[in-house]
Amino acid sequence: MHRYKLFDHTADLGVEVHGKTANELFANAAFAVFDILADLSHVSPIVERRLVVDGEGWEDLLVNYLREILYLYNGEGLLLKEFSVVDIDPRHLEGKVAGEPFDPAKHTINTEIKAVTYHQAAVKEGQGMWTARVIFDV
Amino acid sequence: MSELKKIDDCRWMIPQTGNMKVPGIIYSSERLIREMGSDESPKQVANVAHLPGIVKYSLAMPDMHWGYGFPIGGVAAFRLQDGVISPGGVGYDINCGCRLVTTRLAHEDIRDRLKDLISALYHHIPTGVGSKSDLRLSANEERKVLSEGAKWAVERGYGTHEDLEATEDRGQIAGADPEMVSARAIERGREQLGTLGSGNHFLEIEVVEEIFDNTAADAFGLEQDQICVLIHSGSRGLGYQVCDDYLARMVKHLGELEVPLPDRQLACAYLTSNRGKEYLAAMACAANYAWANRQMMMHWTRETFERTLKKGPRDLGMKLLYDVCHNIAKIETFVIDGKEMKLCVHRKGATRAFPPGHPALPARYNNTGQPVLIPGDMGTGSYVLAGTEKAFAETFGSTCHGAGRVMSRTQAKKASRGRSIEREMAARGIIVMATGKGTLSEEIPEAYKDLDQVVEVVHRAGISRKVAKLRALGCIKG
Repeated sequence: MHRYKLFDHTADLGVEVHGKTANELFANAAFAVFDILADLSHVSPIVERRLVVDGEGWEDLLVNYLREILYLYNGEGLLLKEFSVVDIDPRHLEGKVAGEPFDPAKHTINTEIKAVTYHQAAVKEGQGMWTARVIFDV
Repeated sequence: MSELKKIDDCRWMIPQTGNMKVPGIIYSSERLIREMGSDESPKQVANVAHLPGIVKYSLAMPDMHWGYGFPIGGVAAFRLQDGVISPGGVGYDINCGCRLVTTRLAHEDIRDRLKDLISALYHHIPTGVGSKSDLRLSANEERKVLSEGAKWAVERGYGTHEDLEATEDRGQIAGADPEMVSARAIERGREQLGTLGSGNHFLEIEVVEEIFDNTAADAFGLEQDQICVLIHSGSRGLGYQVCDDYLARMVKHLGELEVPLPDRQLACAYLTSNRGKEYLAAMACAANYAWANRQMMMHWTRETFERTLKKGPRDLGMKLLYDVCHNIAKIETFVIDGKEMKLCVHRKGATRAFPPGHPALPARYNNTGQPVLIPGDMGTGSYVLAGTEKAFAETFGSTCHGAGRVMSRTQAKKASRGRSIEREMAARGIIVMATGKGTLSEEIPEAYKDLDQVVEVVHRAGISRKVAKLRALGCIKG
């Protein structure tokens, strides 16, 4: 199973994410952000961060979580490659991420992601599979 | 949503149905409507018509395409007393816009030096994803940038006061309050002032190829075969963060609006509410940051020309023709049903196009109307238009902003697989230097609507008129 795949959106970039559990779905969505953003092959999980995020339902929680994830690059200059979600319900999430500070001599950025949008954000569960759709403004 | 109804050769209507408060009107042509295919932007025009306090109609310009929430190319005006302000109706890149600098150089004067100029610009102006400037602002100094905009830059030696005259709102929107900008946004803004950024942003050397209106071209200081520089950039990470912060705050309070919204990305707040006022104050800060940003890049462009061509400022005569923003919300006065009214006009991928004699214009453009700058896609060139009375009466003084995408970025990447876009551009006589590997393939010309078509519609509709067309010679990109 692919962790995520891209779908077409005229102005922006959409991802469809899969996971066997909500935990896995959210971690895979976070991975998608950084997999699109940069080449992760030369990123090591040296720096660890804990994240606590609130939301008002699955979609809102997902967008808020990804906004926090993206800020760790845009605001703090971290490239992340490992993501885990320890505790999750539709209104609350606790997770861990790991990566290292962006170093232009070592790392390549592929696509700038300006923001995670609420536009048509969706989270679904069915037949033992979780699926989400999110659109990034790039 | 109901079918589009043709009003005349330039306008299509989306009739008012369901909870729409007003109809939608799309400026377009048979061909552009046909080429739109399955693009859902007309539905987004209808969605905007649901928002409280919207006046007359929800509008879209011919470069319209699918955005998130509001369509790109959308224009909507709201009453101050019961209307709303929507961060998504401005866009993430607050005060994304462009400025055009004229010169005393003819094409012949730089034909052999073009490569040197482009290469020098590329090295002198930071470009690309997350590009940083050498300048690292203290948080206090950054707050001054947010309050003062382009004036901050001019007072620190980046350009002259004459530049401010030729900038929309003199490069400074009133009501900016840095206290309304989050610590995160301030942090993201610290190292990015004076940087071009990535995506569709660029700095281009162009030549005037065709003049349509001699009188206006004279007033604008444009002549056939003249070299100009177009700078297209915005408020960088600071603007994105302001939009993101306020969207998240407004999404939490959607229940307070009188109607359910068809899309969360349309999240908005009443203009009379604290949240609405705070967003406007923060948005003004980001807009001011963008004006300081473009002002600084123009200054470095002048320096680069002087050094590379070994000519003084007087010989080069690099003069700012005008600077316009195309992602913004403004409080402006219009006559609605015979009565003067202050409205909050959202222009998301649309440009202000004020008529001759409007008090917001510099005196030298009094007889021509406001210069409107329409950048094309990479390497195409651009148009200079002039604002009209008809735009003031019909479209809240607004017109199109550019070519508008027709291909998604992934489609464009597929279409350019196996091609050297750099070489293709070179074959057309255009030198391109870009930082990002992906940028060139995502920004190929066929990913955009035909700029001539888009401009033809606004010209025929009378919401701006053609003054000159410029052709690209060289371009730097993120």
